[in-house]
Amino acid sequence: MISKRALPYLLLLPATVFLIVFFVLPFLQVAWYAVTDDGGFTLQHFETMRQDWKFMPALTNTFLLVIIIVPIQIALSLGMASLVTKMKTGRELVLYIWTIPLGISDLAAGLIWLSILDQTGFMNSVLFHLGVVDQPVNHLLYNDYPALIAAVVLAEVWRSTAIVLVVLVAGMGLIPKEYGEAAEVFGASPWKRFIKVTLPLLRPSLQTALILRTILAFEVFAVAVALTGTNLPVLMSETFHWQFDLQDRHVASAYALVLLAVSIAFTLVYLRVLRVREEERA
Amino acid sequence: MSAVTETEAAAFVPADARRAGRMLNAAIIILLCVWVLLPIYLVLVNALSDPQTVTGWPKHFVPTFDLGSLSFFISYAGVLKALGNSVVVAVLTMVLSLGFGAPAGYALARFDFPGKGVFRLLVLMTRAFPLPLLALPLAVMFIRTGLDDSLFGLALVHTTLALPFSVLITASLFSGIPFELEEAAWTLGCTRLQAVRKVVLPLALPGIAASGVFAFVTSWNEVFAAAVLTIRNRTLTAFLIQSLDVSPLPLKFAGAAVLVLPALIFLFAVRKYLFSLWGIANR
Repeated sequence: MISKRALPYLLLLPATVFLIVFFVLPFLQVAWYAVTDDGGFTLQHFETMRQDWKFMPALTNTFLLVIIIVPIQIALSLGMASLVTKMKTGRELVLYIWTIPLGISDLAAGLIWLSILDQTGFMNSVLFHLGVVDQPVNHLLYNDYPALIAAVVLAEVWRSTAIVLVVLVAGMGLIPKEYGEAAEVFGASPWKRFIKVTLPLLRPSLQTALILRTILAFEVFAVAVALTGTNLPVLMSETFHWQFDLQDRHVASAYALVLLAVSIAFTLVYLRVLRVREEERA
Repeated sequence: MSAVTETEAAAFVPADARRAGRMLNAAIIILLCVWVLLPIYLVLVNALSDPQTVTGWPKHFVPTFDLGSLSFFISYAGVLKALGNSVVVAVLTMVLSLGFGAPAGYALARFDFPGKGVFRLLVLMTRAFPLPLLALPLAVMFIRTGLDDSLFGLALVHTTLALPFSVLITASLFSGIPFELEEAAWTLGCTRLQAVRKVVLPLALPGIAASGVFAFVTSWNEVFAAAVLTIRNRTLTAFLIQSLDVSPLPLKFAGAAVLVLPALIFLFAVRKYLFSLWGIANR
């Protein structure tokens, strides 16, 4: 018979070993690959990465996308969550529809929006029926930077707002109704109640949603590739390019370290700025 | 305006103003539903139209109900195999992440022990890392161990994505089942394992199935690691992204539809758990 003290450790053992072998060690290895060559320390790979003409565009594009997409998603989700918590009938159905994109991959989302925005796509067809255009116009031209960014933003907001919504709706469900009612008795308008009561109490969920979504936003990859090909390089697509096409795992690892660094930096900022005490999580 | 009159104003908003507000809310809700559903409908229109219509212009908003695009997609070299590979990897991911995750979830829910916090931290830490990048170092490790270009190797990477969720979801499921039920089973002569198997598991089964579905969908949708780690044994997402620049539009849109549909059906099956589980696991 296994002793009662050893049992929890035995139960945790498989998952712990798995996470060490496939999560902790590989990330140490990425760092190792990025700063070594044949066993010796070198910064050559970072230099190669920095001098690659696509590095700066990939970096700025990724940051620009994150800075545009994440605030839109937080604002949209807050609005959607407030609307849905007020609903009396049909709440389940609306929530199901709004969370459908949870099951859609970034690649599929890119292709779906390609069917709309492409030269022979549905948007041009609508514009044609409205008499705006009389021939298929290409909206995704390689040199039309704002259009390429807008296309990726549209597809990403469409696809990945649902994860923020789920976290915020679950968080709003935990806020006792009495707080809002008390504020109402004291004459607070709906907007004031939202700003002074709902938002502060929602901080733990907001923090989680921001961390989850920002990390994922830095990983933007298949949507950009599906919609723009190689015309809008992002950090992830350059990592893929160096690993898969150029077969240089050292430079790919340097890219990976950049992504890793920004992800961890943003997580720490969120943890600090939106500090949550342990008892607030209950 | 004084506080009193403001209170009165809030309490006695004219009925038609309140109705107008409700109508506006309803309109926004419906608009947001259309925003979500319309793009999916449009790609299905393309998938269910003949290839000439798909490449033609202007488009119509009803499908021609022709299986040309889909049969072109299915008969395209490598697609059927990629589809099969995707299913195999997703099922392996589901089994692995539940097999490793559920015991850990049970331990978190039922025991207090030194080191619990450290394990929780390890699980939560995965959130701050761009996990698909794991594929880079693992590609080297897999070549050394003979797992390169194998479905099992890819499933291991996908399990890293799904396992933290499985642990947290099963932990919350198990803590929702009263410990007294287990104790009652012990007094009736059950061993600890029997009590879990006969009392706890049947109660937790629907939730466990739901967390398995999440693991399946996570793997089914993953692109980056799949594209890095597989060459001959490509999954559907790896196949599609690697052949984007050479595939014609009907192939792309039929592929998107085939990618989307299973995920939609599975999520519909577990919609009841979406908020309870994801909400809790993400807190």
